[in-house]
Amino acid sequence: MADDDLSPVREGLRAYRLISAMWIRSLMAYRVSFAMTAFGNFAVTAFDFVAILLMFSQVDRLGGYSLAEIAFLYGASCTAFGLADVALGSMDRLGRRVRDGTLDTLLVRPAPVLAQVAADRFGLHRVGRLAQGTLVLTYALVVLDIDWTPLKVLMVPLMLLCGAGIFAAVFVGGAAFQFVAQDAAEVQNAFTYGGTTLLQYPPTVFAKDLVRGVTFVLPLAFVNWLPALYVLGRPYPLDLPSWTAFTPPLVAAALLALAGVVWRAGLRSYRSTGS
Amino acid sequence: MLVRAGRFRLYAAVTEGSFRRYATYRMATAAGVFTNTVFGLILAYTYLALWDERPGLGGYDQSQALTYVWLGQALLTVMALMGGGFEGELIERIRTGDIAVDLYRPADLQLWWLAADVGRAAFQLLGRGIVPMVFGALVFDLTLPPDVLGWLAFLVAAVLGVAVSFAIRFLVALSAFWLMDGAGVTQVAMLAGTFFSGMLLPLNVFPGALGEFARALPWSALLQMPADVFLGERSGTALLRTYAFQIGWAVALLAVGRLLQAVATRRVVVQGG
Repeated sequence: MADDDLSPVREGLRAYRLISAMWIRSLMAYRVSFAMTAFGNFAVTAFDFVAILLMFSQVDRLGGYSLAEIAFLYGASCTAFGLADVALGSMDRLGRRVRDGTLDTLLVRPAPVLAQVAADRFGLHRVGRLAQGTLVLTYALVVLDIDWTPLKVLMVPLMLLCGAGIFAAVFVGGAAFQFVAQDAAEVQNAFTYGGTTLLQYPPTVFAKDLVRGVTFVLPLAFVNWLPALYVLGRPYPLDLPSWTAFTPPLVAAALLALAGVVWRAGLRSYRSTGS
Repeated sequence: MLVRAGRFRLYAAVTEGSFRRYATYRMATAAGVFTNTVFGLILAYTYLALWDERPGLGGYDQSQALTYVWLGQALLTVMALMGGGFEGELIERIRTGDIAVDLYRPADLQLWWLAADVGRAAFQLLGRGIVPMVFGALVFDLTLPPDVLGWLAFLVAAVLGVAVSFAIRFLVALSAFWLMDGAGVTQVAMLAGTFFSGMLLPLNVFPGALGEFARALPWSALLQMPADVFLGERSGTALLRTYAFQIGWAVALLAVGRLLQAVATRRVVVQGG
Protein backbone atom coordinates (compact mmCIF):
# COMPACT_ATOMS: atom_id res chain seq x y z
CA MET A 1 0.00 0.00 0.00
CA ALA A 2 2.69 2.45 1.07
CA ASP A 3 4.63 1.28 -1.93
CA ASP A 4 1.77 2.21 -4.23
CA ASP A 5 1.53 5.67 -2.71
CA LEU A 6 5.16 6.36 -3.37
CA SER A 7 5.48 4.94 -6.84
CA PRO A 8 4.33 8.06 -8.73
CA VAL A 9 6.91 10.08 -6.80
CA ARG A 10 9.61 7.57 -7.59
CA GLU A 11 8.56 7.51 -11.21
CA GLY A 12 8.64 11.30 -11.33
CA LEU A 13 12.12 11.46 -9.85
CA ARG A 14 13.30 8.83 -12.34
CA ALA A 15 11.88 10.78 -15.28
CA TYR A 16 13.40 13.97 -13.89
CA ARG A 17 16.80 12.29 -13.58
CA LEU A 18 16.72 10.89 -17.10
CA ILE A 19 15.58 14.07 -18.80
CA SER A 20 17.97 16.32 -16.89
CA ALA A 21 20.86 13.93 -17.62
CA MET A 22 19.98 14.21 -21.29
CA TRP A 23 20.09 18.01 -21.15
CA ILE A 24 23.38 17.96 -19.26
CA ARG A 25 24.86 15.73 -21.99
CA SER A 26 23.66 18.12 -24.67
CA LEU A 27 25.05 21.12 -22.75
CA MET A 28 28.39 19.38 -22.32
CA ALA A 29 28.69 18.98 -26.06
CA TYR A 30 29.62 22.67 -26.08
CA ARG A 31 31.86 22.92 -23.04
CA VAL A 32 33.19 26.41 -23.66
CA SER A 33 29.68 27.74 -24.15
CA PHE A 34 28.59 26.00 -20.93
CA ALA A 35 31.49 27.49 -18.97
CA MET A 36 30.70 30.93 -20.36
CA THR A 37 27.00 30.83 -19.50
CA ALA A 38 27.74 29.44 -16.03
CA PHE A 39 30.22 32.24 -15.45
CA GLY A 40 27.73 34.74 -16.85
CA ASN A 41 25.13 33.49 -14.38
CA PHE A 42 27.67 33.91 -11.61
CA ALA A 43 28.56 37.44 -12.72
CA VAL A 44 24.95 38.61 -13.18
CA THR A 45 24.04 37.69 -9.63
CA ALA A 46 27.39 38.82 -8.21
CA PHE A 47 26.53 42.38 -9.21
CA ASP A 48 23.71 42.31 -6.68
CA PHE A 49 26.28 41.83 -3.96
CA VAL A 50 28.59 44.40 -5.53
CA ALA A 51 25.71 46.89 -5.17
CA ILE A 52 25.52 46.05 -1.45
CA LEU A 53 29.31 46.48 -1.15
CA LEU A 54 29.01 49.88 -2.85
CA MET A 55 26.31 50.85 -0.37
CA PHE A 56 28.63 49.88 2.47
CA SER A 57 31.38 52.02 0.97
CA GLN A 58 29.14 54.92 2.06
CA VAL A 59 27.61 53.61 5.31
CA ASP A 60 28.55 51.28 8.16
CA ARG A 61 25.06 49.93 8.77
CA LEU A 62 21.90 49.38 6.79
CA GLY A 63 18.66 49.00 8.71
CA GLY A 64 20.83 48.54 11.80
CA TYR A 65 22.72 45.58 10.32
CA SER A 66 26.43 45.29 9.54
CA LEU A 67 27.84 44.17 6.18
CA ALA A 68 28.71 40.70 7.54
CA GLU A 69 25.18 40.22 8.87
CA ILE A 70 23.63 41.29 5.57
CA ALA A 71 26.08 39.01 3.73
CA PHE A 72 24.75 36.16 5.89
CA LEU A 73 21.13 36.95 4.95
CA TYR A 74 22.15 37.45 1.33
CA GLY A 75 24.15 34.22 1.14
CA ALA A 76 21.37 32.19 2.73
CA SER A 77 18.67 33.61 0.44
CA CYS A 78 20.79 33.31 -2.67
CA THR A 79 21.94 29.75 -1.94
CA ALA A 80 18.43 28.50 -1.12
CA PHE A 81 17.09 30.17 -4.24
CA GLY A 82 20.00 28.83 -6.28
CA LEU A 83 19.19 25.25 -5.22
CA ALA A 84 15.55 25.66 -6.24
CA ASP A 85 16.57 27.43 -9.45
CA VAL A 86 18.91 24.63 -10.54
CA ALA A 87 16.19 22.05 -9.86
CA LEU A 88 13.12 23.91 -11.14
CA GLY A 89 14.31 27.05 -12.93
CA SER A 90 12.83 25.84 -16.22
CA MET A 91 9.29 25.98 -14.85
CA ASP A 92 8.74 29.48 -16.21
CA ARG A 93 8.86 28.06 -19.73
CA LEU A 94 5.51 26.43 -19.11
CA GLY A 95 3.56 29.45 -20.34
CA ARG A 96 5.30 29.24 -23.71
CA ARG A 97 4.53 25.51 -23.95
CA VAL A 98 0.88 26.18 -23.20
CA ARG A 99 0.83 28.91 -25.86
CA ASP A 100 2.47 26.99 -28.66
CA GLY A 101 0.79 23.72 -27.79
CA THR A 102 3.97 21.70 -27.21
CA LEU A 103 2.71 20.84 -23.73
CA ASP A 104 0.60 18.19 -25.45
CA THR A 105 3.75 16.25 -26.27
CA LEU A 106 4.51 16.02 -22.57
CA LEU A 107 0.98 14.90 -21.71
CA VAL A 108 1.11 11.80 -23.90
CA ARG A 109 4.45 10.63 -22.54
CA PRO A 110 4.31 7.96 -19.83
CA ALA A 111 5.95 10.12 -17.17
CA PRO A 112 4.60 12.70 -14.69
CA VAL A 113 4.14 16.07 -16.41
CA LEU A 114 5.58 18.03 -13.49
CA ALA A 115 8.84 16.08 -13.68
CA GLN A 116 9.01 16.62 -17.43
CA VAL A 117 8.36 20.36 -17.22
CA ALA A 118 10.84 20.76 -14.36
CA ALA A 119 13.61 18.90 -16.18
CA ASP A 120 12.84 20.52 -19.54
CA ARG A 121 16.03 22.25 -20.77
CA PHE A 122 17.63 21.47 -17.43
CA GLY A 123 20.03 24.36 -16.98
CA LEU A 124 23.14 23.20 -15.20
CA HIS A 125 24.70 26.60 -15.94
CA ARG A 126 22.43 27.90 -13.16
CA VAL A 127 25.03 26.57 -10.72
CA GLY A 128 26.66 29.98 -11.36
CA ARG A 129 24.04 31.64 -9.15
CA LEU A 130 24.33 28.88 -6.55
CA ALA A 131 28.11 29.26 -6.47
CA GLN A 132 27.78 32.99 -5.93
CA GLY A 133 25.38 32.53 -3.00
CA THR A 134 27.58 29.88 -1.41
CA LEU A 135 30.62 32.11 -1.73
CA VAL A 136 28.95 35.06 0.01
CA LEU A 137 27.55 32.75 2.70
CA THR A 138 31.00 31.30 3.34
CA TYR A 139 32.45 34.81 3.56
CA ALA A 140 29.77 35.75 6.11
CA LEU A 141 30.37 32.63 8.20
CA VAL A 142 34.10 33.35 8.30
CA VAL A 143 33.75 37.03 9.20
CA LEU A 144 30.79 36.85 11.61
CA ASP A 145 31.46 36.56 15.29
CA ILE A 146 28.76 34.08 16.30
CA ASP A 147 28.38 32.29 19.61
CA TRP A 148 27.96 28.86 18.02
CA THR A 149 25.76 26.24 19.69
CA PRO A 150 24.93 22.81 18.18
CA LEU A 151 21.44 24.12 17.44
CA LYS A 152 22.78 27.13 15.56
CA VAL A 153 25.20 24.97 13.58
CA LEU A 154 22.34 22.67 12.59
CA MET A 155 20.20 25.66 11.67
CA VAL A 156 22.45 26.70 8.76
CA PRO A 157 22.05 23.63 6.48
CA LEU A 158 18.42 23.25 7.60
CA MET A 159 17.70 26.84 6.60
CA LEU A 160 19.17 26.30 3.13
CA LEU A 161 17.21 23.09 2.51
CA CYS A 162 13.88 24.42 3.78
CA GLY A 163 14.47 27.69 1.94
CA ALA A 164 15.03 25.76 -1.28
CA GLY A 165 11.80 23.85 -0.56
CA ILE A 166 9.84 27.08 -0.07
CA PHE A 167 11.23 28.58 -3.29
CA ALA A 168 10.52 25.28 -5.09
CA ALA A 169 6.87 25.58 -4.03
CA VAL A 170 6.79 29.15 -5.38
CA PHE A 171 8.22 27.93 -8.70
CA VAL A 172 5.60 25.16 -9.00
CA GLY A 173 2.76 27.43 -7.88
CA GLY A 174 3.86 30.09 -10.36
CA ALA A 175 3.95 27.55 -13.16
CA ALA A 176 0.45 26.39 -12.25
CA PHE A 177 -0.70 30.00 -12.54
CA GLN A 178 0.57 30.03 -16.11
CA PHE A 179 -1.97 27.41 -17.11
CA VAL A 180 -4.49 30.22 -16.57
CA ALA A 181 -2.41 33.24 -17.64
CA GLN A 182 -0.20 31.89 -20.38
CA ASP A 183 1.69 35.07 -21.07
CA ALA A 184 2.55 36.03 -17.53
CA ALA A 185 5.95 34.46 -16.81
CA GLU A 186 7.03 37.80 -15.37
CA VAL A 187 4.52 37.56 -12.53
CA GLN A 188 6.41 34.49 -11.44
CA ASN A 189 9.66 36.46 -11.63
CA ALA A 190 8.26 39.01 -9.21
CA PHE A 191 7.85 36.31 -6.57
CA THR A 192 10.97 34.25 -7.31
CA TYR A 193 13.63 36.85 -8.19
CA GLY A 194 11.79 39.55 -6.26
CA GLY A 195 11.49 37.24 -3.25
CA THR A 196 15.18 36.44 -3.13
CA THR A 197 16.09 40.12 -3.55
CA LEU A 198 13.79 41.10 -0.68
CA LEU A 199 15.30 38.47 1.63
CA GLN A 200 18.83 39.72 0.93
CA TYR A 201 18.10 42.69 3.18
CA PRO A 202 17.11 42.62 6.86
CA PRO A 203 13.38 42.88 7.70
CA THR A 204 14.04 46.16 9.57
CA VAL A 205 14.48 47.83 6.17
CA PHE A 206 10.91 47.17 5.05
CA ALA A 207 7.52 48.54 6.04
CA LYS A 208 5.61 46.44 8.60
CA ASP A 209 2.83 45.58 6.15
CA LEU A 210 5.27 44.25 3.60
CA VAL A 211 6.96 42.11 6.28
CA ARG A 212 3.51 40.88 7.39
CA GLY A 213 2.74 39.95 3.80
CA VAL A 214 5.85 37.85 3.33
CA THR A 215 5.37 36.21 6.73
CA PHE A 216 1.69 35.31 6.77
CA VAL A 217 0.50 35.47 3.15
CA LEU A 218 3.45 34.23 1.09
CA PRO A 219 5.68 32.95 3.90
CA LEU A 220 9.05 33.82 2.37
CA ALA A 221 10.25 35.09 5.77
CA PHE A 222 10.80 31.45 6.73
CA VAL A 223 13.44 31.02 3.99
CA ASN A 224 16.11 32.94 5.89
CA TRP A 225 14.85 35.81 8.04
CA LEU A 226 13.56 33.79 11.00
CA PRO A 227 16.22 31.05 11.07
CA ALA A 228 19.08 33.43 10.23
CA LEU A 229 18.06 35.97 12.86
CA TYR A 230 18.07 33.12 15.39
CA VAL A 231 21.67 32.30 14.40
CA LEU A 232 22.64 35.99 14.54
CA GLY A 233 20.87 36.43 17.88
CA ARG A 234 18.77 39.30 16.53
CA PRO A 235 15.13 40.08 17.38
CA TYR A 236 12.56 38.60 15.00
CA PRO A 237 10.33 40.77 12.88
CA LEU A 238 6.77 41.52 14.10
CA ASP A 239 7.74 40.35 17.62
CA LEU A 240 7.23 36.74 16.61
CA PRO A 241 7.87 34.18 19.39
CA SER A 242 11.29 32.53 19.45
CA TRP A 243 10.07 29.06 18.49
CA THR A 244 9.05 30.32 15.04
CA ALA A 245 12.73 30.07 14.03
CA PHE A 246 12.28 26.28 14.05
CA THR A 247 9.17 26.16 11.89
CA PRO A 248 10.69 26.38 8.38
CA PRO A 249 10.51 22.57 7.82
CA LEU A 250 6.76 22.65 8.55
CA VAL A 251 6.21 25.73 6.40
CA ALA A 252 8.20 24.22 3.53
CA ALA A 253 6.29 20.92 3.73
CA ALA A 254 2.92 22.68 3.86
CA LEU A 255 3.79 24.98 0.95
CA LEU A 256 5.05 22.10 -1.18
CA ALA A 257 1.84 20.14 -0.51
CA LEU A 258 -0.22 23.21 -1.42
CA ALA A 259 1.84 23.75 -4.58
CA GLY A 260 1.15 20.13 -5.54
CA VAL A 261 -2.60 20.67 -5.18
CA VAL A 262 -2.49 23.91 -7.18
CA TRP A 263 -0.39 22.25 -9.86
CA ARG A 264 -2.90 19.41 -10.26
CA ALA A 265 -5.77 21.89 -10.46
CA GLY A 266 -3.88 23.88 -13.09
CA LEU A 267 -3.11 20.80 -15.13
CA ARG A 268 -6.75 19.69 -15.00
CA SER A 269 -7.88 23.08 -16.26
CA TYR A 270 -5.56 22.83 -19.26
CA ARG A 271 -7.27 22.84 -22.63
CA SER A 272 -4.99 22.31 -25.56
CA THR A 273 -4.64 25.14 -28.07
CA GLY A 274 -6.45 23.20 -30.78
CA SER A 275 -9.81 22.56 -29.16
CA MET B 1 12.84 65.43 -52.31
CA LEU B 2 10.05 63.01 -53.16
CA VAL B 3 12.33 60.07 -52.55
CA ARG B 4 13.19 61.50 -49.19
CA ALA B 5 9.59 61.81 -48.15
CA GLY B 6 9.04 58.23 -49.25
CA ARG B 7 11.96 57.08 -47.14
CA PHE B 8 10.63 58.92 -44.15
CA ARG B 9 7.22 57.30 -44.60
CA LEU B 10 8.87 53.89 -44.79
CA TYR B 11 10.74 54.26 -41.51
CA ALA B 12 7.72 55.84 -39.83
CA ALA B 13 5.74 52.78 -40.87
CA VAL B 14 8.43 50.50 -39.40
CA THR B 15 8.27 52.42 -36.12
CA GLU B 16 4.51 52.21 -36.00
CA GLY B 17 4.52 48.51 -36.85
CA SER B 18 7.02 47.81 -34.09
CA PHE B 19 4.90 49.77 -31.61
CA ARG B 20 1.82 47.75 -32.55
CA ARG B 21 3.73 44.51 -32.38
CA TYR B 22 4.76 45.08 -28.77
CA ALA B 23 1.29 46.37 -27.94
CA THR B 24 -0.14 42.97 -28.90
CA TYR B 25 1.26 41.26 -25.82
CA ARG B 26 -1.17 42.73 -23.33
CA MET B 27 -0.93 40.00 -20.72
CA ALA B 28 2.87 40.03 -20.83
CA THR B 29 2.85 43.81 -20.47
CA ALA B 30 0.54 43.64 -17.45
CA ALA B 31 2.78 40.96 -15.92
CA GLY B 32 5.83 43.15 -16.58
CA VAL B 33 4.17 46.14 -14.93
CA PHE B 34 3.46 43.98 -11.88
CA THR B 35 7.09 42.81 -11.70
CA ASN B 36 8.47 46.34 -12.11
CA THR B 37 6.18 47.52 -9.31
CA VAL B 38 7.26 44.74 -6.94
CA PHE B 39 10.94 45.39 -7.60
CA GLY B 40 10.39 49.14 -7.28
CA LEU B 41 8.80 48.59 -3.87
CA ILE B 42 11.67 46.40 -2.62
CA LEU B 43 14.36 48.77 -3.93
CA ALA B 44 12.57 51.85 -2.59
CA TYR B 45 12.80 50.50 0.97
CA THR B 46 16.49 49.64 0.64
CA TYR B 47 17.16 53.16 -0.68
CA LEU B 48 15.14 54.60 2.21
CA ALA B 49 17.37 52.69 4.64
CA LEU B 50 20.48 53.89 2.84
CA TRP B 51 19.41 57.54 2.76
CA ASP B 52 18.24 57.30 6.40
CA GLU B 53 21.81 56.43 7.28
CA ARG B 54 23.40 59.04 4.97
CA PRO B 55 21.00 61.92 4.19
CA GLY B 56 22.00 63.79 1.04
CA LEU B 57 24.07 60.88 -0.30
CA GLY B 58 25.17 61.51 -3.89
CA GLY B 59 23.55 64.96 -3.77
CA TYR B 60 20.02 63.48 -3.60
CA ASP B 61 17.56 64.01 -0.81
CA GLN B 62 15.38 61.08 0.22
CA SER B 63 12.52 61.99 -2.10
CA GLN B 64 14.89 62.27 -5.06
CA ALA B 65 16.46 58.90 -4.23
CA LEU B 66 13.00 57.27 -4.15
CA THR B 67 12.10 58.92 -7.44
CA TYR B 68 15.31 57.52 -8.90
CA VAL B 69 14.18 53.98 -7.99
CA TRP B 70 10.87 54.33 -9.81
CA LEU B 71 12.51 56.01 -12.81
CA GLY B 72 14.83 53.01 -13.01
CA GLN B 73 11.84 50.64 -13.12
CA ALA B 74 10.07 52.84 -15.66
CA LEU B 75 13.09 53.06 -17.99
CA LEU B 76 14.37 49.49 -17.52
CA THR B 77 12.64 48.09 -20.59
CA VAL B 78 12.57 51.39 -22.49
CA MET B 79 16.38 51.42 -22.51
CA ALA B 80 16.50 47.59 -22.75
CA LEU B 81 19.03 47.68 -19.91
CA MET B 82 18.80 43.94 -19.37
CA GLY B 83 18.42 43.09 -23.04
CA GLY B 84 15.14 42.16 -24.67
CA GLY B 85 15.32 44.60 -27.57
CA PHE B 86 15.81 43.88 -31.26
CA GLU B 87 19.36 42.54 -30.92
CA GLY B 88 18.38 38.90 -30.36
CA GLU B 89 16.36 38.92 -33.56
CA LEU B 90 19.10 40.58 -35.59
CA ILE B 91 21.73 38.14 -34.25
CA GLU B 92 19.48 35.26 -35.26
CA ARG B 93 19.13 36.67 -38.78
CA ILE B 94 22.90 37.04 -39.06
CA ARG B 95 23.47 33.50 -37.76
CA THR B 96 21.00 31.90 -40.16
CA GLY B 97 22.05 34.02 -43.13
CA ASP B 98 18.63 35.66 -43.51
CA ILE B 99 20.54 38.92 -43.17
CA ALA B 100 21.47 38.61 -46.86
CA VAL B 101 17.80 39.19 -47.74
CA ASP B 102 17.72 42.30 -45.52
CA LEU B 103 20.79 43.71 -47.24
CA TYR B 104 19.14 43.44 -50.65
CA ARG B 105 16.19 45.50 -49.49
CA PRO B 106 16.08 49.13 -50.59
CA ALA B 107 16.32 50.23 -46.97
CA ASP B 108 19.26 50.92 -44.74
CA LEU B 109 19.93 48.18 -42.16
CA GLN B 110 20.84 50.51 -39.31
CA LEU B 111 18.00 52.96 -39.93
CA TRP B 112 15.51 50.12 -40.30
CA TRP B 113 16.34 48.64 -36.91
CA LEU B 114 16.60 52.07 -35.31
CA ALA B 115 13.08 52.84 -36.51
CA ALA B 116 11.87 49.52 -35.11
CA ASP B 117 13.63 50.10 -31.79
CA VAL B 118 12.12 53.57 -31.43
CA GLY B 119 8.66 52.00 -31.82
CA ARG B 120 9.51 49.39 -29.19
CA ALA B 121 10.87 51.99 -26.76
CA ALA B 122 7.82 54.24 -27.22
CA PHE B 123 5.51 51.37 -26.37
CA GLN B 124 7.55 50.30 -23.35
CA LEU B 125 7.51 53.87 -22.01
CA LEU B 126 3.72 54.06 -22.26
CA GLY B 127 2.94 50.43 -21.48
CA ARG B 128 5.43 49.64 -18.76
CA GLY B 129 6.74 52.99 -17.58
CA ILE B 130 3.70 54.95 -16.47
CA VAL B 131 1.86 52.56 -14.17
CA PRO B 132 4.80 51.71 -11.85
CA MET B 133 5.65 55.41 -11.72
CA VAL B 134 2.09 56.34 -10.73
CA PHE B 135 2.09 53.59 -8.11
CA GLY B 136 5.40 54.88 -6.75
CA ALA B 137 4.05 58.44 -6.62
CA LEU B 138 0.97 57.28 -4.70
CA VAL B 139 2.91 55.28 -2.08
CA PHE B 140 5.99 57.49 -1.67
CA ASP B 141 6.76 61.19 -1.72
CA LEU B 142 8.37 61.59 -5.14
CA THR B 143 10.06 64.57 -6.76
CA LEU B 144 8.35 65.37 -10.07
CA PRO B 145 9.33 68.02 -12.62
CA PRO B 146 7.68 71.29 -11.55
CA ASP B 147 6.40 72.33 -14.98
CA VAL B 148 5.84 71.28 -18.58
CA LEU B 149 9.34 72.41 -19.53
CA GLY B 150 10.80 70.04 -16.94
CA TRP B 151 8.85 67.12 -18.42
CA LEU B 152 9.94 68.11 -21.92
CA ALA B 153 13.59 68.34 -20.87
CA PHE B 154 13.29 64.82 -19.46
CA LEU B 155 11.60 63.52 -22.59
CA VAL B 156 14.45 64.85 -24.76
CA ALA B 157 17.02 63.20 -22.47
CA ALA B 158 15.06 59.93 -22.63
CA VAL B 159 14.89 60.00 -26.44
CA LEU B 160 18.65 60.65 -26.63
CA GLY B 161 19.12 57.79 -24.16
CA VAL B 162 17.20 55.46 -26.46
CA ALA B 163 19.50 56.51 -29.33
CA VAL B 164 22.61 55.64 -27.30
CA SER B 165 21.03 52.39 -26.11
CA PHE B 166 20.21 51.43 -29.70
CA ALA B 167 23.72 52.32 -30.90
CA ILE B 168 25.28 50.05 -28.25
CA ARG B 169 22.96 47.12 -29.00
CA PHE B 170 23.44 47.49 -32.75
CA LEU B 171 27.18 47.00 -32.20
CA VAL B 172 26.43 44.00 -29.97
CA ALA B 173 24.31 42.47 -32.72
CA LEU B 174 26.84 43.15 -35.49
CA SER B 175 29.49 41.28 -33.51
CA ALA B 176 27.60 38.13 -34.57
CA PHE B 177 29.05 38.59 -38.09
CA TRP B 178 32.43 37.67 -36.63
CA LEU B 179 31.49 35.49 -33.66
CA MET B 180 28.47 33.71 -35.17
CA ASP B 181 27.09 33.29 -31.64
CA GLY B 182 25.99 36.43 -29.88
CA ALA B 183 25.26 34.91 -26.47
CA GLY B 184 28.54 35.91 -24.83
CA VAL B 185 28.57 39.50 -26.10
CA THR B 186 24.88 39.94 -25.29
CA GLN B 187 25.51 38.84 -21.73
CA VAL B 188 28.51 41.12 -21.26
CA ALA B 189 26.48 44.01 -22.68
CA MET B 190 23.66 43.22 -20.26
CA LEU B 191 26.06 43.21 -17.31
CA ALA B 192 27.60 46.51 -18.36
CA GLY B 193 24.14 47.90 -19.03
CA THR B 194 22.76 47.18 -15.56
CA PHE B 195 25.92 48.16 -13.70
CA PHE B 196 27.15 51.25 -15.55
CA SER B 197 23.74 52.76 -16.32
CA GLY B 198 23.10 53.22 -12.61
CA MET B 199 20.36 50.59 -12.46
CA LEU B 200 21.82 48.89 -9.37
CA LEU B 201 22.75 52.11 -7.60
CA PRO B 202 22.89 55.74 -8.80
CA LEU B 203 26.29 56.44 -10.34
CA ASN B 204 26.76 59.49 -8.13
CA VAL B 205 26.83 57.13 -5.14
CA PHE B 206 29.73 55.15 -6.64
CA PRO B 207 32.89 56.06 -4.73
CA GLY B 208 35.76 58.12 -6.18
CA ALA B 209 37.43 57.13 -9.42
CA LEU B 210 34.95 54.33 -10.09
CA GLY B 211 32.20 56.93 -10.08
CA GLU B 212 34.08 59.25 -12.44
CA PHE B 213 34.79 56.36 -14.77
CA ALA B 214 31.19 55.11 -14.74
CA ARG B 215 29.79 58.58 -15.41
CA ALA B 216 32.04 58.98 -18.49
CA LEU B 217 30.84 55.76 -20.15
CA PRO B 218 27.96 55.75 -22.66
CA TRP B 219 25.67 53.74 -20.37
CA SER B 220 25.31 56.73 -18.04
CA ALA B 221 23.31 58.34 -20.87
CA LEU B 222 20.62 55.65 -20.49
CA LEU B 223 19.42 56.08 -16.92
CA GLN B 224 21.59 58.34 -14.76
CA MET B 225 21.34 61.36 -17.05
CA PRO B 226 17.62 61.22 -17.86
CA ALA B 227 17.03 60.68 -14.13
CA ASP B 228 19.12 63.71 -13.19
CA VAL B 229 17.21 65.82 -15.72
CA PHE B 230 13.91 64.51 -14.30
CA LEU B 231 15.04 65.34 -10.75
CA GLY B 232 15.94 68.90 -11.73
CA GLU B 233 19.64 68.35 -11.06
CA ARG B 234 20.59 69.69 -14.48
CA SER B 235 19.39 73.03 -15.73
CA GLY B 236 20.70 75.82 -17.95
CA THR B 237 24.17 75.07 -19.32
CA ALA B 238 24.39 71.83 -17.30
CA LEU B 239 21.34 70.60 -19.21
CA LEU B 240 22.97 71.50 -22.52
CA ARG B 241 26.16 69.71 -21.45
CA THR B 242 24.09 66.62 -20.61
CA TYR B 243 22.46 66.65 -24.03
CA ALA B 244 25.86 67.19 -25.67
CA PHE B 245 27.27 64.18 -23.81
CA GLN B 246 24.34 62.00 -24.94
CA ILE B 247 24.47 63.24 -28.55
CA GLY B 248 28.26 62.79 -28.60
CA TRP B 249 28.06 59.13 -27.58
CA ALA B 250 25.07 58.48 -29.86
CA VAL B 251 26.83 59.93 -32.91
CA ALA B 252 30.15 58.22 -32.16
CA LEU B 253 28.59 54.79 -31.57
CA LEU B 254 26.21 55.07 -34.52
CA ALA B 255 29.17 55.99 -36.74
CA VAL B 256 31.12 52.94 -35.57
CA GLY B 257 28.01 50.86 -36.24
CA ARG B 258 27.82 52.28 -39.75
CA LEU B 259 31.48 51.44 -40.36
CA LEU B 260 31.10 47.89 -39.05
CA GLN B 261 27.95 47.46 -41.10
CA ALA B 262 29.89 48.35 -44.25
CA VAL B 263 32.69 45.93 -43.41
CA ALA B 264 30.24 43.19 -42.45
CA THR B 265 28.23 43.65 -45.65
CA ARG B 266 31.34 42.96 -47.67
CA ARG B 267 31.92 39.83 -45.60
CA VAL B 268 28.46 38.54 -46.44
CA VAL B 269 29.14 38.98 -50.12
CA VAL B 270 32.41 37.09 -49.75
CA GLN B 271 30.71 34.31 -47.82
CA GLY B 272 27.89 34.08 -50.31
CA GLY B 273 30.44 33.41 -53.03
